[in-house]
Amino acid sequence: MKRIYLDHAATTPVDPTVVEAMLPFFTEYFGNPSSVYTEGRGVKKSIEAARLQIAKAINADPREIYFTGSGSEADNWAIKGIAMKNQAKGKHIITSNIEHHAVLHTCEYLEKQGFEVTYLPVDEYGLISLDDLRNAIRKDTILVTIMFANNEIGTIEPIKEIGEIVKEKGIIFHTDAVQALGNIPVDVKDLNVDLLSISAHKIYGPKGIGALFIRKGVPIDNLIHGGAQERKKRAGTENTAEIVAFGKAAEMATEQLEENAAHMKKLRDLLIKGVMDKIPQVRLNGHPEKRLPGNVNFCFDYIEGESILLSLDIIGVAGSSGSACTSGSLDPSHVLLAIGLPAGVAHGSLRLTIGKHTTEEDINYVVENLIQIIERLRKMSPINADCPIDDAVFDKADHHH
Amino acid sequence: MEYTDVVMENFTCPKHVGEIEGANGIGQVGSPACGDIMKIFLKINDDGIIEDASFKTFGCGAAVASSSMATDMIIGKSIEEAGKFKNSDVVDALGGLPAEKIHCSVLAAEAIQAAIEDYHNKKAQQ
Ligand SMILES: Cc1ncc(COP(=O)(O)O)c(C=O)c1O
Ligand code: FES
Repeated sequence: MKRIYLDHAATTPVDPTVVEAMLPFFTEYFGNPSSVYTEGRGVKKSIEAARLQIAKAINADPREIYFTGSGSEADNWAIKGIAMKNQAKGKHIITSNIEHHAVLHTCEYLEKQGFEVTYLPVDEYGLISLDDLRNAIRKDTILVTIMFANNEIGTIEPIKEIGEIVKEKGIIFHTDAVQALGNIPVDVKDLNVDLLSISAHKIYGPKGIGALFIRKGVPIDNLIHGGAQERKKRAGTENTAEIVAFGKAAEMATEQLEENAAHMKKLRDLLIKGVMDKIPQVRLNGHPEKRLPGNVNFCFDYIEGESILLSLDIIGVAGSSGSACTSGSLDPSHVLLAIGLPAGVAHGSLRLTIGKHTTEEDINYVVENLIQIIERLRKMSPINADCPIDDAVFDKADHHH
Repeated sequence: MEYTDVVMENFTCPKHVGEIEGANGIGQVGSPACGDIMKIFLKINDDGIIEDASFKTFGCGAAVASSSMATDMIIGKSIEEAGKFKNSDVVDALGGLPAEKIHCSVLAAEAIQAAIEDYHNKKAQQ
């Protein structure tokens, strides 16, 4: 059966051109870039070429780009590195309550180390309020970290406006742009950001390679200590092949940005319209306009997300859900709860994320099949408009234990 | 996370979905852990034998498969036998469940006990 992959926010297939670019670095150009002999020097040049490609993709200076082992590492480094270096000035950090776990859990860790963190709430669309941000800023605030675009509901935060407010107060501003790169323009000069995290595997590059943009002069501690790589800021022998691949992927993402975004947006709107028109009692999560071109996130009343995912998988479609039942923790997605969905509704969430290879036929196939899947699961459900969830049933379970 | 073929079969083609007319024991329980809900319908005859059973489930794949398997297993049993029905019976019949999905089978066992209790309560009121 043909598979239809609609989980591009989770990861993307590596582009064949990118694979081709990286392969020689496993065999022919295997040298250690720190070595002085020819093998090393050649590889070093390739790394610097990749750094330039990344820099161009986000309008930075190549000396402001530092390669990391993932987007998560870039987030960890930005937050812990700024916190440690600047703690004499203050120990207060501001973030939002819809960040990726790489940011949220890092902030929670710092709280245990004596830092104070303000988690800004979001509105029903997932947007933070600039007034809330202004009110949260204190004399001892050293860092504001707000994501560029949300990985679950696709909402795009007003990063430029946030940057202006934060800059005026002389505070350092980090944004997690892992979901933004390749989908919307990312320009560090325009955005007023001091630090920005990106990751290759969301832009048709390989997994396990990311980068942190650190604006020149921003005071930050190292996260990974050791050798003198990355201009003494991030130790570890360079992951040459993947760095080269990341560079190529970033270059392609920039070249194809308009074309890919327009394509994804068209299909996204087709999918949203198809589902909203043909399936009753469904809501679109996230913002109607300020959303990533490839992101669709629905909640279907009275049914559960994992059941939808399994049903889709059987007919060849890969999607994802913020449902409690699909995550090990059993808690529904913190993002869906943050936009105000009751836990029962957050249960029925389905995220489908479109990529550059998705076709109109794929979307039509998904819409047609989704109609039947939702109908079947709703018939199986004990709850509906006439029989809403009765909280007493949860006590009954306890009583039987 | 990996489901067995038996789980997938019971999820794709669940047996005994829906409500049975004339059900005289109905139990509904929810899992406080994940918020899922299961409702079991039993038709018990005068000899105390479960003639028919069905379910409605708002839950994950494991919850649907557990409901299907559990209802199938208790049909034909006496209420005494069904009263001893445990979640591990469902797990075994399904060929196992992932660790974080064991509570889904607990839901099925509890819903059956709740339905039997409902049958007894109704009878006591008559
Ligand atoms: C918004 C966001 N931040 C950070 C990450 C982590 O990136 P990585 O998988 O490279 O660690 C992801 C993706 O998983 C993401 O979507
Ligand atoms: S019943 Fe909720 S995870 Fe299975």
